[in-house]
Amino acid sequence: MIPVAAPAGEAPEYELVGDLLRKALPVAPVAVAVAAIFAGLDGALSAGVGVALVAGNLLLAAASLVWAGRISLGLLMGVALGGYAVRIGLLFLIVLLLQDLDWIHLPSLGLTLVITHLGLLFWELRYVSASLAHPGLKPTTAPATFASKERAQ
Amino acid sequence: MILAEITDTGLAALTYGIGALGPGIGIGYLVGQAVQAMARQPEAAGMVRTTMFLGIAFVEALALIGFVVFFLGQA
Repeated sequence: MIPVAAPAGEAPEYELVGDLLRKALPVAPVAVAVAAIFAGLDGALSAGVGVALVAGNLLLAAASLVWAGRISLGLLMGVALGGYAVRIGLLFLIVLLLQDLDWIHLPSLGLTLVITHLGLLFWELRYVSASLAHPGLKPTTAPATFASKERAQ
Repeated sequence: MILAEITDTGLAALTYGIGALGPGIGIGYLVGQAVQAMARQPEAAGMVRTTMFLGIAFVEALALIGFVVFFLGQA
C-alpha cells in the first residue's frame, strides 16, 4: 500500500530544531559580544534580534513540516514550498518594520542572521552526518546498560 | 533617450528577487525528491525527513543572503 502520510509519532524535525536551539544558547552571547565590540549597544541589541529571528524561523519551519507530515505527503510538499515563501515574507516584514528604529544596526542584524543560520546548520550537520553514517553514535535518552546491550544483540 | 534607470533601491530589489528565485526552485526539487523517497521507502522516512529539513534550511540560507544584501544595499 502506498503511504499517504509520514509515520505517526515521528518528528525528526523537532529533534533537529531542539538540538539547534540548544546549540544557539552558547552562540547567542558570542554573537552579541562580537556585535557589541564592532557596533556598540545598538549592534548588540540587533545581534540579539538576529539570533531570535533565526531561532523563530527554524522553529516555525519544523512546526509546519511536522504538522503537514502527519496529514499527507502532498500537503508536506505544499507546506514546504508555501512555508518558505511565508517565512521569508515574514522575515522581510519584520526587518522592514525594525529598520527604522533608532537602536537597530542593520549590518549587525543582517550578518548575524546569515552567520548564525549557516553556523548552526554546519554544526548540526557534523552531528547528523556522523549519526547517519554510524547509527551507534546516536545518543539515546537513557544510558545503555549491559542488559539493554545484550537484548540488542 | 533614457528608457529605464536602475536606482539603488531597484537594484537591491532585483538582488532580493534573484536571491529568492534560486532557493524556491531548490526547495521544490529537494522536497519533491524527499516525498518520492518517503513514498517508495516509508521505513526510511525518519532519515529522509532529517536530511530534507537540513537541506531546506541550507537552501534557505541563500535566500537569507539575498535578503540581507537587499537591506544592506538600501542602507
